[in-house]
Amino acid sequence: MSGELIPIYIYSRRYFVPEGSTIISALEYIGFKLKKGVGCKEGFCGACASLYRLKDDYKLKGGLGCQTVVQPEMQIVQIPFVPAPKAIYNIEELEADPEIFVRFYPELYRCLSCNTCTKICPQELQVMDFVQAAIKGDFEQVANLSFDCIMCGLCSARCPAEITQFNLALLARRIYGKYLAKKSAHLEQRLKEVESGKFEEGYRELASLSPEELKNKYFQREINFQIT
Amino acid sequence: MSGQFVRIKKVTLGPKNREFSEKVEEISGETINLCDQCGTCSGSCPLIGEMDITSSQMMHMAQLGLEEVLDYKTFWICASCYTCSVRCPRGIDPAKVAEALRQIKLRKAIDYLDISKISEEDAKKLPQIALVAAFRKLTG
Amino acid sequence: MIRMPYFPGCTLKTNAKNYDQSIKAIFRELGIDLVELPRWNCCGAVFSLSSDDLLRQVAPITNLLRTQELEGTDSVDDPRLVVPCAMCFNVLKRANQRVRENPEDLKKINDFLYLEAQPYAGEVQIVHPIELLIEVSRAEIEDKVRRPLKGLRVSPYYGCNLLRPKEVAIDNPEDPSVLEKITEMLGAEVVENPNRLRCCGSYQTVVDQRLVGDLVYDIVKGASRGGADLLITACPLCAFNLDFRQSDASKSHSDHKELPILYFSELIALAFGMKNSFGGEHFVNPAPLMENFLKKEKGGI
Repeated sequence: MSGELIPIYIYSRRYFVPEGSTIISALEYIGFKLKKGVGCKEGFCGACASLYRLKDDYKLKGGLGCQTVVQPEMQIVQIPFVPAPKAIYNIEELEADPEIFVRFYPELYRCLSCNTCTKICPQELQVMDFVQAAIKGDFEQVANLSFDCIMCGLCSARCPAEITQFNLALLARRIYGKYLAKKSAHLEQRLKEVESGKFEEGYRELASLSPEELKNKYFQREINFQIT
Repeated sequence: MSGQFVRIKKVTLGPKNREFSEKVEEISGETINLCDQCGTCSGSCPLIGEMDITSSQMMHMAQLGLEEVLDYKTFWICASCYTCSVRCPRGIDPAKVAEALRQIKLRKAIDYLDISKISEEDAKKLPQIALVAAFRKLTG
Repeated sequence: MIRMPYFPGCTLKTNAKNYDQSIKAIFRELGIDLVELPRWNCCGAVFSLSSDDLLRQVAPITNLLRTQELEGTDSVDDPRLVVPCAMCFNVLKRANQRVRENPEDLKKINDFLYLEAQPYAGEVQIVHPIELLIEVSRAEIEDKVRRPLKGLRVSPYYGCNLLRPKEVAIDNPEDPSVLEKITEMLGAEVVENPNRLRCCGSYQTVVDQRLVGDLVYDIVKGASRGGADLLITACPLCAFNLDFRQSDASKSHSDHKELPILYFSELIALAFGMKNSFGGEHFVNPAPLMENFLKKEKGGI
């Protein structure tokens, strides 16, 4: 990072920002007050989705504003929100059957296998592959391939078939988690213990302590792990 | 066939008609002027009974460049069975012409099938192949 | 075992599992191991007939590319792609032909697919299981028939996509005979159906059930008038229409006689002495027919 200023274009207007800035830090440097299109700044929330083009390159690229480092003459626009159908359902009333896609996201079957979604994904996910998995009714594959999706919406904005990849993947993950994934025996056991009141007394004791006493208890806790 | 005849008013064909027929030729890739209205396509079509104009009439209107051909149901009812394609004695493919007419409408974002109207019962039963094919043919 | 790449298509993974399983089973018996194509995608089900739309060719071409990628690896012995679903077969074969005849379009598509490891060269060959059966000698097939289907009256139904247009046809589009020959090899009786080449209505089943019901009525009537016990087909959409839309046929036609539908591979599997049923959902239940046939078979001549 040389500290040199480089030109970039925001909404087609030219500004000079420090080399090595991310799109978000560049916007802040310029003086934009960001009310939308910014969030955790850690690459996790998906709020800062941006579209950009590099100098002399016709390819349209997508990236997270907080993770994408600006290049000289980069042209940038933010896409803080992508309008999309969002199915409303009661998960208890659904089954792990591909017909739920027909019910809630029938446009799924318009997929042209063109890979446009994959090309724009800022998380570099195999988006087309999980859309195809949904068409094939393979919930597990959809869940695994879409696991790191941060719901930025760029795929849906670019899709020629107007599919909402991120919402249907979310539905698939929920179905998978609830009905298909292996149950954790430890979790079931622990839940039973909690419900049986095993930890009631301990919690009541803690809840009755003052903030000072709580702090003391915290700093004196036993740390008991072994690296094997 | 309902026995209804399409009455075409006396029209004067102009550059707009030529534009339309050329568009149909471009999208279909077919030389529609070769059609001599023999009626083989209409006679072969298994869905002719459901159509409002016959395939021959559709071809003729396309040849003349009459844009009102787009108001009929015929090319939407087509099931792309290609029977007309294999039988046309002049080697034209009416199925491609039907597709061109569908595309002209679909590319204006006018869908024939409203995908949100698929009933829950149908959603359970219909195999993907039916949905994918219908969406490709009848939505844009 | 000769390994060949296999393209099931979306429906054979869900509603038509019985087709998928019966195909794999009969070919295993004939010494062919069908290996599912890695990372295949939905082919689009219908071939795009617009001359200017290349985007809708991408789906079938990527599958042919996946087939091409198997060359040089030791995953297959015979590189021809086996496609049981008649609609997928039609799309893939026509898309292949289209790019072969239009090298400029192929180049555009390859440019679009720049993320792929290699461009598609247009050399992949596609074959339908029925064509493969023709390659296998008659003697070999008859040798595997452990349970001749004597007394079973079968009406082969071809539909559209295996025979039309001429460039994809696996037999004479106006007078095919392959399914009849296969039926006879299995020891069953062929019932000719004048409507065996008529369209079942295809994707119109999504829009207008009554229309498809009428078409199905005619097709099934063509078979039942000849005394058929069942129809056989090679297409999951035909199978769905001919089966489930018989309820619509009955609604509109009081004289509709219901007949069950099976995939041709299920019939072959039955004759090879394999499972009696590969499952699958049916509106017209084939089980009574099968039970009856097997009872007759056990009971006597």
